[in-house]
Amino acid sequence: MTIKTVLEAVRDAMREEMRRDSRVFIMGEDIGARGGVFLATEGFLDEFGEARVIDTPLAESSIAGIALGSAMHGMRPIAEIEFGDFIWPTINQVVGEAAKVRYGTEGKLHAPMVLRAPHGGGVRGALYHSQSVEALFAHTPGLKVITPSTPYDAKGLLKSAIRDDDPVVFLEHKRTYRLVRGEVPDEEYTLPIGRADIKREGNDISVITYGLMVHHCLEAAQAVAGQGIEVEVLDLRTVRPIDNKAIVQTAMKTGKVLIVHEDSKALGVGAEVSAIVSEHAFEYLDGPVARLAGPEVPAMPFSPLMEAMYMIDSDKIAKAIRKLAEY
Amino acid sequence: MKIQLPQVGESVTEGIIGKWLKEVGSKVEKFDPLVEIVTDKVAMELPSPVTGILKEIIALEGETVPMGAVIADIESDEQDSGKTASIEHSSFPNSLGTTGVLLKNTAPVGPTGSGGQPNTDGLVVEKLPKRDQIKTLARFSPAVLRLAQEHDIDLSLITATGRNNRITRKDVQSFIDSNFRSSSQGNSAFESIPEIAQSTSISTSELKDEQRVPLSPIRKMIASNMVKSANLIPQAWSLVEVDVSGMVSRRQAIREEFKQREGINITYLPFVINAVAESLKEHPLLNSSWGEDSIVMKRQINIGVAIATKAGLVVPVIHDADTLSVAGLARSLEDISTRSREGDLTVDDVRNGTFTVNNTGVLGSVASQPLVNYPQAAIMTTEAIVKRPVIVEDAIAIRSIMNICLSFDHRIMDGQEVGEFNTAVKRRLEAVGGNTPVY
Repeated sequence: MTIKTVLEAVRDAMREEMRRDSRVFIMGEDIGARGGVFLATEGFLDEFGEARVIDTPLAESSIAGIALGSAMHGMRPIAEIEFGDFIWPTINQVVGEAAKVRYGTEGKLHAPMVLRAPHGGGVRGALYHSQSVEALFAHTPGLKVITPSTPYDAKGLLKSAIRDDDPVVFLEHKRTYRLVRGEVPDEEYTLPIGRADIKREGNDISVITYGLMVHHCLEAAQAVAGQGIEVEVLDLRTVRPIDNKAIVQTAMKTGKVLIVHEDSKALGVGAEVSAIVSEHAFEYLDGPVARLAGPEVPAMPFSPLMEAMYMIDSDKIAKAIRKLAEY
Repeated sequence: MKIQLPQVGESVTEGIIGKWLKEVGSKVEKFDPLVEIVTDKVAMELPSPVTGILKEIIALEGETVPMGAVIADIESDEQDSGKTASIEHSSFPNSLGTTGVLLKNTAPVGPTGSGGQPNTDGLVVEKLPKRDQIKTLARFSPAVLRLAQEHDIDLSLITATGRNNRITRKDVQSFIDSNFRSSSQGNSAFESIPEIAQSTSISTSELKDEQRVPLSPIRKMIASNMVKSANLIPQAWSLVEVDVSGMVSRRQAIREEFKQREGINITYLPFVINAVAESLKEHPLLNSSWGEDSIVMKRQINIGVAIATKAGLVVPVIHDADTLSVAGLARSLEDISTRSREGDLTVDDVRNGTFTVNNTGVLGSVASQPLVNYPQAAIMTTEAIVKRPVIVEDAIAIRSIMNICLSFDHRIMDGQEVGEFNTAVKRRLEAVGGNTPVY
């Protein structure tokens, strides 16, 4: 085991897969000579050369389109969108096309591509460098959407995503890149897509979350533990396909569910989790399913004070946990 | 002044007018008994709220009127002070119309809600209770209801710790735990657990030479059911010896063919259940349950079969067992035992059993005393089949003998009925032979 950051884990995963499989190549804005805006692909151009490390023009629709075309022809592209906020021009290629390739060709073609994007806020990024983009992709059948929270999960899941035969949207929270450190095995491993992970066990309340919020939830769980509230923290890890079984199991176990995500609340991942709980664990519920999510405003504010108001933090989570525990 | 029927109790919604104690036209002093009122909770004399002349009796003797309804009119100098706790509708126009009405003595309210307190004299403002004040005693979460049903718990006995006095799942769980650990509270179905059972389990701390294994949910259920059976049902027991040589050879004869055709093994149990189901039809008293003031006869014959699994004992039910052939019973048994072992039973699988059969013979037992599966009337065990020398027509023969044991609810039936039932089962099992149909 070695202590790594999420950024290092992502870099290691891509490097290992490129060494392992010559069909894997990367493309995106500033990923070659610059090594990526977050340095996720630092040193890749030297090691793998221009044919496999492609700097692209500032044209996200093309990046996704080229990735899709090459994937249908047997390559395994990793397309990087510099910031999740710039992902919207890819929607037609990803949602409209890639997600439907296997279905539309009756399985004759498929698109083993990964669309990587740093996303999420709390980094003074304001309107165009803070967005949460998971819900829109997660709504689309045919896509897989992964939102890791730790270096271990990020590496194991990114490797599985690259090896997956269908399109995967891989969303790395910017704030986890250098701030979250954790142990990563030195030996080869992958993690199954679509499997949630219990990050902390408890009997009183289930907090279901993913991405950066996992860490805030763990802090909050620690804070309320002193008040006799045992919180179970379930990290979804993959929001599509979502791990129904793990969600229902934890809901049945504790009878109280709080869903936490940074993305805004209405029609978000939390709504789906809440529906799954109601459908399958109704008789086990001992309180209303609660959601704590970003506010219903169009974008992340720039003012540091207002950004702090927008973001979910461990204090807000602890308050929501206490409220549900008292119910 | 209009006299109304006052609210006399929380859940009372109407009253019956009794005898009027004053006549129309007579003088009435304040607090004089005016009329008798009878409700389902109380009977009382309604005192007059004012001094005056009884002008009119509106609700006549024997009439049922809702609370708040006007029952009489008293001419009085006293001002209606509003103490009758209702709005005097007559002081408002019947209909406001499109023009509306300007309320007097009411301060104007600005667009932001400012403008001082409105004057509410003469008006009764119905205050909405604050959220915390709403009593939610009668509202239970699904988890609480499910636990209460599973453990047969009276929720009114539980101390609530949730917001607004709500009973939480934890409250129910700790109630269950404490009742199983020590029943000293004695306020539930467990109150009659014998002293000895309490004393063996009253200590909650683990001693050096013991290990405490927490109860699995299924263990708790079994424990609760067994306590209920032992406490609530006065049980008697009987044993009958059955010569099953014919059944043994019949099963041997069809074994191969059955396995080939059905893909499952034929055991003795389907023959037994077949005989039991037929005999229950003849003796329906054994297919009933105790209903305190009556005996509840069941129309369906649904036979529960006790099956040991890793998790514990389960009793899935073969519904309408009397409609199935021996082969059909074999298939049903195979199905429920497979699913029992794999933990795939549904709620329907374990519901509505009317009689239980337990094949204790597989454990090598030759006689056992089962506890009736509450709330059924009887339970039968089939014991190990053993070869024994017996007398057949004054000669000694070696026959296959199986004991069947029956525990029954002595409130419902006596030895006579049980003897007849046992004989019927015995007769059917002993009649099984080369021609007994399987389909």
